[in-house]
Amino acid sequence: MTQPAIEIRNLRVTFAGVVRAVDGVDLTLAPGEVVALIGESGSGKSVTLRSLMRLHPPRRSKVEGTMTVAGQDVLAMSQRALADYRGATVAMIFQEPLLALDPVYTVGEQIVEVIRRHEKASKAEARARALELFQKVRIPSPERRLDAYPHEMSGGMRQRAMIALALACRPKVLLADEPTTALDATVQIQILLLLRDLQRELGLSIIFVTHDLGAAVEVADRIAVMYAGRIVEEGTARDLIRGPRHPYTIGLLKSRAEGALAKGSRLDAIPGSPPDLAHLPPGCPFAPRCPLAIDPCRADRPPPIPVGPGHTARCIRTDVSPTLLSPASRSDAAPA
Amino acid sequence: MAVLAQHSVVEGPAPKATGYWTGVWRRLRRDPVAIAAGLVILALILMAIFAPYLAPADPYRTSTLRRLRPVGTAGYPLGSDELGRDMLSRLIFGARLSLFMGITPVVLAFGIGSAIGVLAGYVGGWVNTAIMRTIDVFYAFPSVLLAVALSGALGAGFGNALVSLTVVFVPQIARVAEAVTTQVRSRDYVEAARASGAGGFTIVRVHVLGNVLGPIFVYSTSLISVSMILASGLSFLGLGTRPPEPEWGLMLNTLRTAIYVQPWLAALPGVMIFITSIAFNLLADGLRSAMDVKQ
Amino acid sequence: MSAALSPPEDRGGPAQPLLSVKGLLKHFPVKKGLLGGVSAKVRAVDGIDFEVLKGETLGVVGESGCGKSTTARLLLSLIDPTAGEIVFDGERVGSRALSLKAFRRQCQMVFQDSYSSLNPRLTIEASVAFAPQVHGLPRREAVARARDLLARVGLDPRRFAERYPHELSGGQRQRVNIARALALQPRLIILDEAVSALDKSIEAQVLNLLMDLKEEFGLTYIFISHDLNVVRFISDRVMVMYLGKVAEIGRSDDVFSRAQHPYTAALLSSMPSLDPDNRTEVAPLAGDPPNPIDPPPGCRFHTRCPLAEPVCSAKEPPLAVTDGSHRAACLAVQPGSGHSLAPPAAGSEMAA
Repeated sequence: MTQPAIEIRNLRVTFAGVVRAVDGVDLTLAPGEVVALIGESGSGKSVTLRSLMRLHPPRRSKVEGTMTVAGQDVLAMSQRALADYRGATVAMIFQEPLLALDPVYTVGEQIVEVIRRHEKASKAEARARALELFQKVRIPSPERRLDAYPHEMSGGMRQRAMIALALACRPKVLLADEPTTALDATVQIQILLLLRDLQRELGLSIIFVTHDLGAAVEVADRIAVMYAGRIVEEGTARDLIRGPRHPYTIGLLKSRAEGALAKGSRLDAIPGSPPDLAHLPPGCPFAPRCPLAIDPCRADRPPPIPVGPGHTARCIRTDVSPTLLSPASRSDAAPA
Repeated sequence: MAVLAQHSVVEGPAPKATGYWTGVWRRLRRDPVAIAAGLVILALILMAIFAPYLAPADPYRTSTLRRLRPVGTAGYPLGSDELGRDMLSRLIFGARLSLFMGITPVVLAFGIGSAIGVLAGYVGGWVNTAIMRTIDVFYAFPSVLLAVALSGALGAGFGNALVSLTVVFVPQIARVAEAVTTQVRSRDYVEAARASGAGGFTIVRVHVLGNVLGPIFVYSTSLISVSMILASGLSFLGLGTRPPEPEWGLMLNTLRTAIYVQPWLAALPGVMIFITSIAFNLLADGLRSAMDVKQ
Repeated sequence: MSAALSPPEDRGGPAQPLLSVKGLLKHFPVKKGLLGGVSAKVRAVDGIDFEVLKGETLGVVGESGCGKSTTARLLLSLIDPTAGEIVFDGERVGSRALSLKAFRRQCQMVFQDSYSSLNPRLTIEASVAFAPQVHGLPRREAVARARDLLARVGLDPRRFAERYPHELSGGQRQRVNIARALALQPRLIILDEAVSALDKSIEAQVLNLLMDLKEEFGLTYIFISHDLNVVRFISDRVMVMYLGKVAEIGRSDDVFSRAQHPYTAALLSSMPSLDPDNRTEVAPLAGDPPNPIDPPPGCRFHTRCPLAEPVCSAKEPPLAVTDGSHRAACLAVQPGSGHSLAPPAAGSEMAA
């Protein structure tokens, strides 16, 4: 067994002392593996990702647990070690490249600067590498685009430029925070395919945070579904799409418009809304919205229960949950 | 009600509905700095109101024998000025004119500037250009220079000083009002109100004013300290209040000759101006963050 | 209830389109240079014609810059068109027979950003009651109507009426916006990306609500979205826009299963597959949508089109009927257009 690329154990992140944004996340990534973290706003997916870069302000947030990336303990790093770690071991791409790129420097200058900060390279060498990166992310006429400012590029080009910047110091791990959400459909698929190709070519490990199951399936080997700060179901993309076991995952799949039986029929919506993270219920946080919830669900937090090879669900009712998938059992009996 | 049953939003315990100002007050109360600043301002205002009862002596009574007594002299807790008047009493009475000169021009400018700025911001187009370029002409002068020039042109005196300070602040407040209004005007709720067929006046009254007056008010609060300092400056130059009226700026002026003899004494009016302006600035800062709903 | 606010009546009968748009055009000038000289214009909406039938849902899809949101604002006269006319149930909007204010009573809009579309300083009850008061309903009756509508969109007025927007979740706020749009008892509601910002589980709830309300109040929807799955689900007919032009319009089933325009086909195959064994292998289009400031000549799509031929950059394709009510603006499906894939011209009925 080789050393995992990322190992997160019992990660807890609390904001302002009360908001438990992440509440015990365990996640392991093998080298070269792509895991998608799926969840709705407030599920803790982005918070988990930012914790891996230690981006949360230490004064207003508390991060507990252990995170090991490429053998390095992330929480124990000094500021100096952290500066080396960010960029060279782990790099991150964001939803909005305009906010992540510096508007007053050309994209090429920014890449050159990042390379020279981490490595001993002459300006010419760094520039040559930047050009190579631009070719790698398939930016047309890369030579000219290196000298463009971020605002002079179109949305898709900016996203490619940000990926090039992230890859500048040959990181082992790429963290992607909703990188395709703001893009148009025809551009989104280009970026998804690019990420998939780069991953294969460079052997990257990627955590891909998204709220879009479709985008996750296009790039991820495994999918982890988050709800109220925890991973409620985890498995290979195939297992999760074909045989979901957590009622929340099942609900997400069934409420999708393309899954509707016929035009004009009602969608199988999950009733209610996500819980307030400052006042989490004692039991399973999904219990108030769950059609299968029984008393023990409301009493204790369910542990991860194995339901197949490499497939776990934090649900004590996985024995009956597949019945939710059949169209006969519409969730009309949902608790009010 | 069949629809209600079907679509009812299931939810945990509902937070109690609170009004906007209740929320502002709740957030402000948690800010110790703002509360302290507010208490200081309250104390100053009470001091101004009850000056005749608080002051130990007549602030106008001179004494040629007891001039420039140091702080702590018996009978003169904070010393006496160059004409032998009791400093403590003069400082207490000085709060009246000084606060008045600080607050009144800002209140007047708040009314005029908001009206101009909201009009320019909401109507937009060439009206906006005409109003704002005119405002810019005034804005281009440094405040001190403008105040001094206007006061000088109008002639020395209390009323003229008020007018010139108001004129100084109108462009500043109008610019903020215009910026905030332009921002609010582009919000979807204003679009929705237009789409519902509402007229411009109704939209301004219901949807614009409520959202722009808060930020303009906060900005204006921060101008009170500037106004006090400018008013003091005018008095210092002999363009505002005239002797023997007790006013902190004027006192600072007349005591400047004593700075080598009694430096502590000469600094006292300055200290009062400093405390007051800091208090107004900190309160404005506190208000600014307390009015941010998203906190 | 005051007579001024009784539900508007149907004038032209069911066969007359509720809304018909002719030659709608909006160019925004782009200022350049110190003197503000106009040297370019954004062709946001560049001459479109379409109709919305009574009681249907017309879906509008397209990518950023295609003009779908500008179209929505033009329809409500929130911005003035450069040219073109809008006819509502047989009467031209702004004419003596149908004043702008009377039209706005019958046509409302729900915006994408649920937070920005509610006045943060008004309770949600006051926000919903605002429009009826503008149209002369006494305050007490307007509030009663607002509370009734809040109940209908699933927000118990006893718990929600007095709250402020920031105290609600995104899904709840969007329900308030829907209630507000209903407050004038309109006949047409334009939903501009109304569910796009919501989480998936909430989106499904709101879509169900919209369908129920449509049935209950006999509404007509224009549903603008970039999410093809949602549009396919909710729409009777679909209009596909590209760079300010209509690329294709037709019945939802026709457009989604027999797309005539290559752009529609590309949009459809850009949708993630949701099948781990059948991932997308080749992106259907390269590059980004071009800038509407300087659209390409001829067919706007020819720069990215896999079927493009020289004729496509020379000739602008009209929006022509391909079969039945299905229309597409592509030379490759128009007989006699000069495109090599075009079906044979002259009378020969299309076989299969």
